Amino acid sequence: MVDNNQLLRFTTAGSVDDGKSTLIGRLLYDSKSIFEDQLEAIETTSKKKGHDGVDLALFTDGLRDEREQGITIDVAYRYFTTPKRKFIIADTPGHIQYTRNMVTGASTANAAIILVDARHGVIEQTRRHSFIASLLQIPHVIVCINKMDLVDFSEEAYNTVINQFEEFSSKMMVKDVRFIPISALLGDNVVNRSQNMDWYQGAPLLHTLETLHISSDINKVDARFPVQTVLRPQRDGFIDYRGYAGRVAGGVLRKGDEVAVLPSGFTSKIKSINLYDKELDEAYAPMSVAITLEDDIDISRGDMIVRPNNRPDATQDIEVMLCWLHNNPAKPRAKYSIRHTSNEQKAMIKEVIYKININTLERNIEDKSLTMNDILKVKIRTTKPLMVDAYRENRTTGSIILVDDTTNETVAAGMIV
Amino acid sequence: MSKYYLNYLDELESEAIFVLREVWAQFDNPVILFSGGKDSIVVTHLAKKAFYPSKIPFPLMHVDTGHNFPETIAFRDNIIKSLGVQLIVGSVQESIDQGRVAEEKGKNATRNALQITTLLDAIEEHNIDCAIGGGRRDEEKARAKERFFSHRDDFGQWDPKNQRPELWNIFNGKHFEGEHFRAFPISNWTEMDVWNYILRENIEIPSLYYAHEREVVWRQNSWIPKSQFLKIEENEEIVVKKIRFRTLGDITITGGIESDADTLEKIVMEVSAMRQTERGNRSDDKRSETAMEDRKKQGYF
Repeated sequence: MVDNNQLLRFTTAGSVDDGKSTLIGRLLYDSKSIFEDQLEAIETTSKKKGHDGVDLALFTDGLRDEREQGITIDVAYRYFTTPKRKFIIADTPGHIQYTRNMVTGASTANAAIILVDARHGVIEQTRRHSFIASLLQIPHVIVCINKMDLVDFSEEAYNTVINQFEEFSSKMMVKDVRFIPISALLGDNVVNRSQNMDWYQGAPLLHTLETLHISSDINKVDARFPVQTVLRPQRDGFIDYRGYAGRVAGGVLRKGDEVAVLPSGFTSKIKSINLYDKELDEAYAPMSVAITLEDDIDISRGDMIVRPNNRPDATQDIEVMLCWLHNNPAKPRAKYSIRHTSNEQKAMIKEVIYKININTLERNIEDKSLTMNDILKVKIRTTKPLMVDAYRENRTTGSIILVDDTTNETVAAGMIV
Repeated sequence: MSKYYLNYLDELESEAIFVLREVWAQFDNPVILFSGGKDSIVVTHLAKKAFYPSKIPFPLMHVDTGHNFPETIAFRDNIIKSLGVQLIVGSVQESIDQGRVAEEKGKNATRNALQITTLLDAIEEHNIDCAIGGGRRDEEKARAKERFFSHRDDFGQWDPKNQRPELWNIFNGKHFEGEHFRAFPISNWTEMDVWNYILRENIEIPSLYYAHEREVVWRQNSWIPKSQFLKIEENEEIVVKKIRFRTLGDITITGGIESDADTLEKIVMEVSAMRQTERGNRSDDKRSETAMEDRKKQGYF
């Protein structure tokens, strides 16, 4: 058992045509993550459909409707492990009408794989996927230039795509972009190094995923501890115990640290940090722990424990990049429940500043409607202050969702600017 | 700063504890669905850790098909005693006696699908607004699309095409009277992760998971244990084999594999070399390509 390896979550967006399912199938197959009975099942289906050989793409087929239509509708999660890391793939559809699913898959990802067909170069869909990766601040983007076998493994074709990509992505906030020429169908540079592209000196895709530096993806500087629930055991040995249960959302908290509790602003010191019956000296994101304080302060779900000299903004007015997720468009001046970490308040969308055309990346200040899959910059006012950070500083304390109280549905997701 | 990261098991544990605490904070009357299988045992262990030094603040619920391994029931009763929590039992036999469901007929009859009615009845009877399960997304293709917080309508049904989007770790458990949620804290775990975690935490599991000698019959590519419920066909032969079970369900449909793995270490070694999925030995999933999806839509676990 390897005990020191990390978990890497990555997202893939794309449609059947650019070979996304084949790529995932190839990754799973070549890393020996497909079991015999699963392979037999897709062999049977491949034959039924009249394919030659095994269609690896079938491995990622999910629900009945998706199998019938041959497309991914929802986010599907896949898992595989290598001796170096455990991987979670959020497999999402690529078509514009599924923007919300791409956003969902991207929200927890450390890395995004963007597929480009070497024959067609950068197209509208590439721009859309790259924009979503940058909007959701996915720390690492890997552009896989696929179907290299169909362009004679030409270095020139590869360079053309890189130039096209760099031209439009310069406007976006993507910190770490890599390019890999692959053939998902034949397996070149997916798990194994290609024999057909000596000119490519970089690592194959799997090796890249195994070695990406992801320890810095989470904010380890600004201490943030949203309280989920209060533990009051009231049993022998723990009569006066009052533990604040939560998951560290940023930074490091240590025993003895001076802390402030928001929104009240009261200060105290950390008396203990516990995980089950173990006492810890420190806790850091994303650890789930229970914290006790020296002083008896009234603290409940929705409060946040921070350092006195490093506080988030406590504000009722936030500017947010909002993705509308629901079939029903937003109603003008309607009230929603807003959820931010463990805090819940009421909120109103005060103003739409602009809508983004996610294919051209142009801003539209005329169209103020909020309909499904729209991405807009808006101003939101809440009934009570939220303790927020900018999303680019902290993906946990910088994100919100809106819930429609009349249907209980999640209608929008937002990143605080 | 390089030491400030979690290994994957710690990260999965932290995520599961977060989900369990969200359930407690967002629902009035949750339960853990406890089958006596390793996944629900791991969920129960995680709940113990999530709320310590408090006891697990909700009951365990067992949907009892009546076709149990005796070892599972003994294990269940022990764990209830040691945790000091309440046990709720939904009985399939009672559902049959009350005429709520009818027994399947024929050689491959099982009580698997009948559990759905018993489960939904128990949820309604006890006013449960969230049932926490040990379902994992790697188990089956329909489960790959399951949310951490998964909505069920007032008929207990799952609508996979109309699920609430779940972003970051913000869960929306809001619901109307009569509806309920299923919560899956170990969604992101694989079978291997579960075993590695059981080994690391030294979690007690039923003896059935360890290799032992048992009277069995070869059926549908696995060793089905002899029991009072099993109809032996003329062409079938009862033999004694050293086997163990990879998953535990009804005694009538859970097939064992031949194995010498009689310690946790050996089980982990064996599972890591497996070339078949664990549900490959479950005849309930073999009925059709979308058997799991169809049952889940109706309210299955």
